[in-house]
Amino acid sequence: MNSTQDDLIHYLLLLGDSALIQGQRLCEWCGKAPAIEEELALMNVGLDLVGQARNWLDYAAELLADGRDADDLAFRRDERAYRNLLLVEQPNGDFAVTMAKQFLFDAWHLQVLKGLCDSTDLRIAGIAAKALKEVTYHLRRSSEWVQRLGGGTDESRRRMLAAITQVWRFTVELASGSEAETRLAAAGIGADPAQVGAAWLHQVEATFASVELPLPPAASHFYLSGRTGMHTEHLGILLAEMQFLPRAYPDATW
Amino acid sequence: MQPGELIASDHGARALRADDLSHAWTVLEQVMDPEVPVVSVVDLGIVRDLHWQAGHLHLVVTPTYSGCPATEVIEGDIRQALEQAGFAAPCLERRLTPAWSTDWITEQGRERLRAYGIAPPVGSASKRSLLGESPQVLCPVCASSHTELLSQFGSTACKALYRCRECLEPFDYFKCI
Repeated sequence: MNSTQDDLIHYLLLLGDSALIQGQRLCEWCGKAPAIEEELALMNVGLDLVGQARNWLDYAAELLADGRDADDLAFRRDERAYRNLLLVEQPNGDFAVTMAKQFLFDAWHLQVLKGLCDSTDLRIAGIAAKALKEVTYHLRRSSEWVQRLGGGTDESRRRMLAAITQVWRFTVELASGSEAETRLAAAGIGADPAQVGAAWLHQVEATFASVELPLPPAASHFYLSGRTGMHTEHLGILLAEMQFLPRAYPDATW
Repeated sequence: MQPGELIASDHGARALRADDLSHAWTVLEQVMDPEVPVVSVVDLGIVRDLHWQAGHLHLVVTPTYSGCPATEVIEGDIRQALEQAGFAAPCLERRLTPAWSTDWITEQGRERLRAYGIAPPVGSASKRSLLGESPQVLCPVCASSHTELLSQFGSTACKALYRCRECLEPFDYFKCI
């Protein structure tokens, strides 16, 4: 396997795993969201993300060419083999934490997909162009919730501020990327992580400023990294639930 | 084409007849979206291409949304309808590019959505309509423009939830994408 191919597989796993885990977290709200409209919205966003994850993981599985398909990648990989962002594996918390996470992720996701629409890899460009339309709606909704909660009552503002404080340290992975991603960008295949990080910060700054939410100082690197499979303790618990059925009943079919 | 030209095990393969493609389109016009059973796959604009290849019908179908759970059901329905109409073993190809757009919903499809109580997409799926202000959506019941957005996501990913402030009816709006 050549090194560009290796970089590409890791990149597809970053995209696919992040979408999958974010989608799985959202679906935990099923049956207990604060209002029926919000429940529908959370499930629809989750469904979009799981669909996008399948597109990325299908491609990753084809490149891996070791007999595994997208389902095997989703349901039979252990925590250390997952390449998702640390942000998306964090627990949902209250509605403010859920929406703060969603917004920070959507703002990153949108910029990545925008960059990928111009990829010289036409398979990637096609998946990204489709996902970009969906994620545009995701970001619109999550940024409105950050504004509504941040600029709402004393209680909602207190909660949004607490939510940002709680998850901000994980944004270090949104503001910058790996060397492999920089190499893929230079090859015209991936989105430039430096450009993505700058545009992400610009969006976050503007949305926060619109309701006078203070922008925390840039998060700094710490000992964990989703891109290298070093996750927080929350991912294993999420996977245990998500993977239980296909692991316990490997022959189960619809 | 002579029978001997085809591989013996390729059951049902035959030469293209004059009206085959137009007949196939007619059959597809009867295949309804399982979630909105008044619009056909042709009305939705998800059948992107139809041609004859190696003795079989070959279709290119595009999904509406990446995570649309109806994609497999629709493909199964298309296959079944074509086989019943005498097109043996049609070949379905799923293609993401170019990404599906609500601009491809036919005029007839829009009319059928409205009659079913779903407001059809307003305007074209330009960047402005995706990011900009909410479009002016007409109530599918009383045609009033006095409507308001309740939620950007409705009963399925492709719809938003609206309410008419004249007749007070809540309704789905088929979002521009």
